[in-house]
Amino acid sequence: MTRTCQEIAAYSERLYYDLEFGSCKAWKEDGGGHCVGYMPVYAPREVIHAAGAMPVGIVGAGDWLEVIRGDAYYQSYLCHIPRSTVDLAVTGRLEFLDGMLFPSTCDVIRNLSGMWQMLRPETYSRYVDVPQNFDPEIGGRFWEHELRELARELGEVTGTEVTDARLRASIKLFDENRAVVNEMYALRRDQPHRAPTSEVYLVLRAGNVVDVETHTALVREYIDTAKATDRPDMDNSRVVIVGTFCEQPPLGLIKSIERSGCFVVDDDMLLVSRWFTADPAPDGDPFGALARAFVDHTVPTAVMYSPTSGRGKALVERVRRARAEGVIFAAPSFCVPALLDQPMLVAELDREGIPYTAFKYSENTGQFGPIREQTGTFADTMKLWSAA
Amino acid sequence: MAPRRPDVDPTAAVKDRSMQRQKELIASYYDRLAAVPETGEKTVATFVPGNLTELLLSFDIVPILPEINALQSGMRQKSAGYINEAERMGHSEDVCTYVKCDVGMLAGGNIGPTGKILPAADMLLLSYTGCFTFMKWFELLREEYKCPTVFLQTPYQARGEVTPEMRQYMIEQLKKVVIPSLEQLTGKKFDIDRLREALTLSARAEDDLVAVLESAKHRPSPIDSYFGGVYYIGPIFTAFRGTQEGCDYYAMLRKEVEQRIADGRGPTTPEGDLEDERFRLVVEGPPNWTNFREFWKMFYDEGAVVVASTYTKVGGLYDRGFRHDPSDPLGTLADYCLGCYTNLSLPKRVELLSDYVNEYEADGFLINSVKSCASFSAGQLLILREVEERTGRAGGFIESDLVDPRYFSGANIKNRIESYLQMVDQKRSAGVTS
Repeated sequence: MTRTCQEIAAYSERLYYDLEFGSCKAWKEDGGGHCVGYMPVYAPREVIHAAGAMPVGIVGAGDWLEVIRGDAYYQSYLCHIPRSTVDLAVTGRLEFLDGMLFPSTCDVIRNLSGMWQMLRPETYSRYVDVPQNFDPEIGGRFWEHELRELARELGEVTGTEVTDARLRASIKLFDENRAVVNEMYALRRDQPHRAPTSEVYLVLRAGNVVDVETHTALVREYIDTAKATDRPDMDNSRVVIVGTFCEQPPLGLIKSIERSGCFVVDDDMLLVSRWFTADPAPDGDPFGALARAFVDHTVPTAVMYSPTSGRGKALVERVRRARAEGVIFAAPSFCVPALLDQPMLVAELDREGIPYTAFKYSENTGQFGPIREQTGTFADTMKLWSAA
Repeated sequence: MAPRRPDVDPTAAVKDRSMQRQKELIASYYDRLAAVPETGEKTVATFVPGNLTELLLSFDIVPILPEINALQSGMRQKSAGYINEAERMGHSEDVCTYVKCDVGMLAGGNIGPTGKILPAADMLLLSYTGCFTFMKWFELLREEYKCPTVFLQTPYQARGEVTPEMRQYMIEQLKKVVIPSLEQLTGKKFDIDRLREALTLSARAEDDLVAVLESAKHRPSPIDSYFGGVYYIGPIFTAFRGTQEGCDYYAMLRKEVEQRIADGRGPTTPEGDLEDERFRLVVEGPPNWTNFREFWKMFYDEGAVVVASTYTKVGGLYDRGFRHDPSDPLGTLADYCLGCYTNLSLPKRVELLSDYVNEYEADGFLINSVKSCASFSAGQLLILREVEERTGRAGGFIESDLVDPRYFSGANIKNRIESYLQMVDQKRSAGVTS
């Protein structure tokens, strides 16, 4: 039986709200194997998969968990994602994970890797130190070694050796997944009334907690259904959202932005799903191919060093490609990468005459009224400008 | 409580000879920077953790250290204005105030802490060690200076160890990126013998610094390893590691401290020697700079001496055995960068703090958690619990900031310190500590 877009979104929303990670546990019980968690922004999911484990994206607990114990680990001037993640851990909700990866996103997640070692010494964990040097012979070589070490260790955890053949097969699956996610983003960009972000995000987010093949099929189903579904177009303003690459905005916030008169035509949520701007080489050494893809084809984002002043220009290009009228900077409170990046991006938008507005949020922000008012005014203003 | 010397102006600070000398050295460094337009010396901006001072010296380059500029501006009450300026320019109130102080200073004409104009950097050497913000900081500065930026990534010691691959990665970057860039900037060929000479001098100064830091194991401690400590680390954390002046300073400091031990004197404070050491503490986290003296007074008024601190290790963990090694010039620079305190995993930090508490026979340990610095602050509440559990000593927690005076609540911090010391006293009376 064919599902509607709303039904696909509703299914994805159930996964989104399931803080017991029932889909992952079910996958394990069905003989799937092991589950290995990873935090934002980037983790080599292909390697986890090749070790016979399901990569599980851990992005905090959103606005539907009352964080009590996690708050005892963090001062008020640190962001929210680590405290809800710790809460998930100390309340036993992450017991099903056989391992956990902490990418080098910022100092908070870096230090969380050490806290994890103390809080859960019995569980495998690893800090994923991605290269910030993009010379294949220097940073690429370092990263390839990291990938091999990760593969070796995960193989010990799962009992499945990461062979070249297995890794090559996993890379292919994630290439397919990235392709279909990019297609969904292209659909939203071209026909945003058919694929609202409140749905696209949920479908994308489902990829955190289902296996890659299931997710690819889900995204495909959504694309096909959305294309075939007539939905009324609206005279909304087209915006790009920037700053949401780590701590996720609550679903209500995304809906509020849309209801205020905006079509979100590009964003940086859950970047891991579209990290590479070109596929890793399909032939040859798969570790080398993954490493090379990282140093050559990583999406521009605040957590990666830019050897040139390129990120601002890349944002302008994204705005143009998406035919967006403006940019919404939505940064989590106390998010160092997003907030320190913002002035540089703003300067480039100013140079190009692209309008923007900015606000901060937490994953558990509950008051959307002021944000809706702000983005609504922004949308209206852009409409007035473009009409003038 | 430190008795005030009758011959001393109550608003002036009492300073040891070494402190005077330290002040002269830092002033001479700023004078040298201010004179760059006349001397034509090349400048490279870089950070204290993971700094490559010896390598820069071997190219006759003067380092510019934005963190030092910021803290000096904080101590001289200039940071608030700079931060306000940066926030007016669109920088968030949530981010590091060192960065905003630097950005604001630059926007105001780059007038340094001593009131003289600082030169523009000819190059930004982004020594990415132990702090994510460094990367964004220099990306921001690059927009202003429009100069080449060289990135040196130091892998994180997530498991408390340096692997051969981590070390090799750094050496490769030094060989293929950093050194060629410095050669291009200066037009000089890399001279490994000059680097070795500087490293030899570094190791000598490091020996003396360690002797000074470890003198705090005496009772009474002849030094305060946090408030006094920041004076002691000044030259070696700035432009004087690998120089004869640096060596001479540390030799003099060591003698001065040894004399204090021989005389049975406690540490110096701005109001004279501390005569009654009532509490021996280990402190984690950077100090507040805008109210530095007020903050220090809260400790010495209670007879509290900091016998070991982690902040004094951000520029190198010399007291755990590291020395710059002239026989392996690039390898030793890699080891240095990899070993700085903020590049250590949290379990290693807990281990270090616990060892300090035991080795220095501390009565307790205190965390000064600064809003600006997630590299230090994220995880400190767990560190607090772990160190308490391992050592059985009382832990305390206060909050402030580096250079933003809005986050220094004097009365609040004083209350907390007093309450904490009462708790330490009670625990001690109950026979919990040594």
